[in-house]
Amino acid sequence: MSTQSGTWRARLVVILPYAWLLAFFLVPFLIVLKISLSQTALAQPPYEPLFDLGAGWQGLKDFIAGLSFENYQRLVTDSLYLDSYLRSLTVAALSTLMLLLAGFPIAYALTRMPRRIQPMLVIMVILPFWTSFLIRVYAWINILQRDGLLNQTLLALGIADEPVAWLASDTAIYIGMVYSYLPFMVLPIYATLEKLDESLLEAAADLGCPPWKAFWLVTIPLALPGVAAGVLLCFIPIVGEFVIPDLLGGSDQLMIGQVMWTEFFSNLDWPAASAVAVVLLCLLIVPIVIYQQMQLRTLEGSR
Amino acid sequence: MRRGASWFSIAAIGLGLAFLYLPIAILVIYSFNASRLVTVWAGWSTRWYVELFHDQAMLDAAWISLRVGLLSATVATILGTLAALALVRMGRFRGRLLFSGMIYAPLILPEVITGLSLLLLFVAASIDRGFWTIVIAHITLTVGFVTVIVQARLLGFDRSIEEAAMDLGAPPVKTFFTITLPLIAPAVAAGWMLAFALSLDDLVIASFTTGPGATTLPIRIYSEVRLGVKPEINAICTIMVAVVAIGVIAASLLSKLRGEDRPAMPVPGAI
Amino acid sequence: MRTAEANSGRRPKAGGSGGASGSGRLLVRFEAVTKRFSGSAAVERLSLDIHEGEFFALLGPSGCGKTTLLRMLAGFETPDEGRILLDGKDISGVPPYRRPVNMMFQSYALFPHLNVEHNIAFGLKQESLPKAEIAARVKEALALVRLEGLQHRKPHQLSGGQRQRVALARCLVKRPRVLLLDEPLAALDRRLREDTRFELVDLQAKLGLTFIIVTHDQEEAMSLADRIGVMDHGRLVQVATPPEIYEQPNSRWVAQFVGDVNMIEGKVVSAGADGALIDSAVGRLRVKQAGDAKAGDMVAIALRPEKLRISCEQPASEENRIAGQVWDIGYLGDMSVYQVKTDAGVTIKASTANMTRLIERPITWDDRVWLSFDADAGVVLTR
Repeated sequence: MSTQSGTWRARLVVILPYAWLLAFFLVPFLIVLKISLSQTALAQPPYEPLFDLGAGWQGLKDFIAGLSFENYQRLVTDSLYLDSYLRSLTVAALSTLMLLLAGFPIAYALTRMPRRIQPMLVIMVILPFWTSFLIRVYAWINILQRDGLLNQTLLALGIADEPVAWLASDTAIYIGMVYSYLPFMVLPIYATLEKLDESLLEAAADLGCPPWKAFWLVTIPLALPGVAAGVLLCFIPIVGEFVIPDLLGGSDQLMIGQVMWTEFFSNLDWPAASAVAVVLLCLLIVPIVIYQQMQLRTLEGSR
Repeated sequence: MRRGASWFSIAAIGLGLAFLYLPIAILVIYSFNASRLVTVWAGWSTRWYVELFHDQAMLDAAWISLRVGLLSATVATILGTLAALALVRMGRFRGRLLFSGMIYAPLILPEVITGLSLLLLFVAASIDRGFWTIVIAHITLTVGFVTVIVQARLLGFDRSIEEAAMDLGAPPVKTFFTITLPLIAPAVAAGWMLAFALSLDDLVIASFTTGPGATTLPIRIYSEVRLGVKPEINAICTIMVAVVAIGVIAASLLSKLRGEDRPAMPVPGAI
Repeated sequence: MRTAEANSGRRPKAGGSGGASGSGRLLVRFEAVTKRFSGSAAVERLSLDIHEGEFFALLGPSGCGKTTLLRMLAGFETPDEGRILLDGKDISGVPPYRRPVNMMFQSYALFPHLNVEHNIAFGLKQESLPKAEIAARVKEALALVRLEGLQHRKPHQLSGGQRQRVALARCLVKRPRVLLLDEPLAALDRRLREDTRFELVDLQAKLGLTFIIVTHDQEEAMSLADRIGVMDHGRLVQVATPPEIYEQPNSRWVAQFVGDVNMIEGKVVSAGADGALIDSAVGRLRVKQAGDAKAGDMVAIALRPEKLRISCEQPASEENRIAGQVWDIGYLGDMSVYQVKTDAGVTIKASTANMTRLIERPITWDDRVWLSFDADAGVVLTR
């Protein structure tokens, strides 16, 4: 709006959120990047060199001279880090696959339900997302622990002779992931399938296509944008997941989010934690950008 | 095409919902268990709720979480609504790409990264960590969610309605408050609710940005949970689930009463 | 063509001020206005005067720039070049909310959260008028558009026609200097559209307001407007009264855009005071309205189908006589359109009013027929 954008009030609409995000989202990343090039020190804050604005040009030169890639070298040489990255990517990929296998049928089934009750069912799928993440993970500890409900049931039914160690295992991690992220997979797929024009399937049938083939040739291809959104929406956060592997998983193999957490809180090695974060961000930047492009297209392409 | 519910649909949805709700249901039931042993059923009792209300540390944490949530959700809603207006109504301003990037990134960025970076900012700027740093962190986390919800609503209504208001003599700011805001109000409210829920829920970012005397409810619960399952935790979790369920059901009933076409139940990716 | 008849039947307006085209005071002036959208011009160096009390129609295909022109007058777009004057004053810097101009949107743009009464009162509240005056004027406006009793309904509880009238009342109540109507009838069904047309004309005459309407529907433009501006690719191609536009189009493009027409291409043999002789594929034809055509020009003769006679017998006069064979007949109820393939291979359309109940057609498929027309029935187009 040409007559509107000229005024200072209109500019404020952009400037306020922009300034906030610059200060509390972009600048922090630059700081992370800088600290990842620093070294640990027994000081407060526990890293050096510190950039001293008062020292002027000489201060800047000293500062740059003090930077090192040592933290990054360590990431490559120490197998702990490499293993964790690999494990995170594997867990994320497998979890996302399971989510897709579980989520797509649910999303598809939702669209097949009578129109009248669909909104209510969708709300029921979303509702758990609104309850605390932590509570949902905790709920599984109740069930999976050694003398928990699952083992009690298995023993009572005679399927197992002795309690199975469900907790602190990969199984528990995958259960937790699928459980926590299921709404994120179901909803984008449902949103795409719901918009699918019923007459397309009628046209396919009219042209001699049996239902299963129409599903494969019409429904699936048209659902792909939703599938892609769901996959990204699950994959990206799972790679950096902390709570689920920490509470449900074992301590022998760590995901990268846990490594970062321990480097930071237990080892007080802030530069190492920063380097881990920077590399993690680099791994995820491509899927994040793809996701953003999809967001832009769905939100702004409709104009 | 048949639009009836087939056995497959009913089975898929039934299994899906059972999977989603069974663990929570078990948790709720066991919160009323009389026994301290979480696994042994010893009859109904509300003793854990009574004990919970004597747990001062837990009550303090809940109070802090509530204040953080109210404050951060409100600020995030204002900033997020402004950002949505900027994206939808301002056309191509300078730095728009960076702006939209910063809006959408926190929606999916792993929380450990956001938390760490904010903490390092506070340290670098020598800001004492505590209540206010958590508020700032939660605002930053939730702005994008509000923006996406409000943006979808803004894109959904006819632009000429605003032009008509201006044509009839209402200046831009007045147009916003008399026409635009009432029309996007459901989305703004939904955005606020989501921001509030996310703030109440957050453990990772709060852990990074917290300081002495600012233990939020999730931090408190987490430290208890690490030590094992306790009936008091079941009780507090049940209360939180009940609050959320009531809030969401009330909101969707309200939107139904107002004759909204779709319930205001936003989740990223579902818009 | 019914539209032409409908318009010719329209009574001239009472009073001198709002009367025939161009006689009122100059109200709106576009001065060499240009508007570009991402490089390409939507409106290009367009100049136009509109007078007080006039009902002016901007007619053109979609994308011709007519809506952009309207939006510039309302203040939603700013001209890149040129000026827009209202009452002799340049209004370029005036924001839409301070212009004494109101617009009725194609989508009506009713405020969905306000009821009819508040929708209509909205504009008056912006002027901070006393409550009593607002109430009185809203009541008056409701009566004007016959919506009494519906003032407490929300827009979604109204029918399409009722919404249209609310949108109209909302503008009229402001007593604008100019009322802009962007495709005001497009969303209505056919029957309602025709009724509303007459209501609009009545309202405009009664209130003595200046209306500018944008439409792509030529019937609508002809039946409503005192003057029509035909637009194409951001330029005004012709500005004239509806009969002039229809009977004397100034170019091939206008002739083809407005109404049905036969275009017969040919070369001018001689041109004089009593018209021009033209050699065409269907023989030598004489047309009185020759404009500035000179001997040797390549021209087109525009001939409306209803101005051609069709008969089985050979007409006595040799002038403007074309022989052919009926190739197709379109029966439209009130009239029939005959497609005649001339011996030269050109297809010409001729229409006749069905004055009797034609169970047995005098002329039918594959009949040999003669087409003929008077020298003043067609017009020679050089452009």
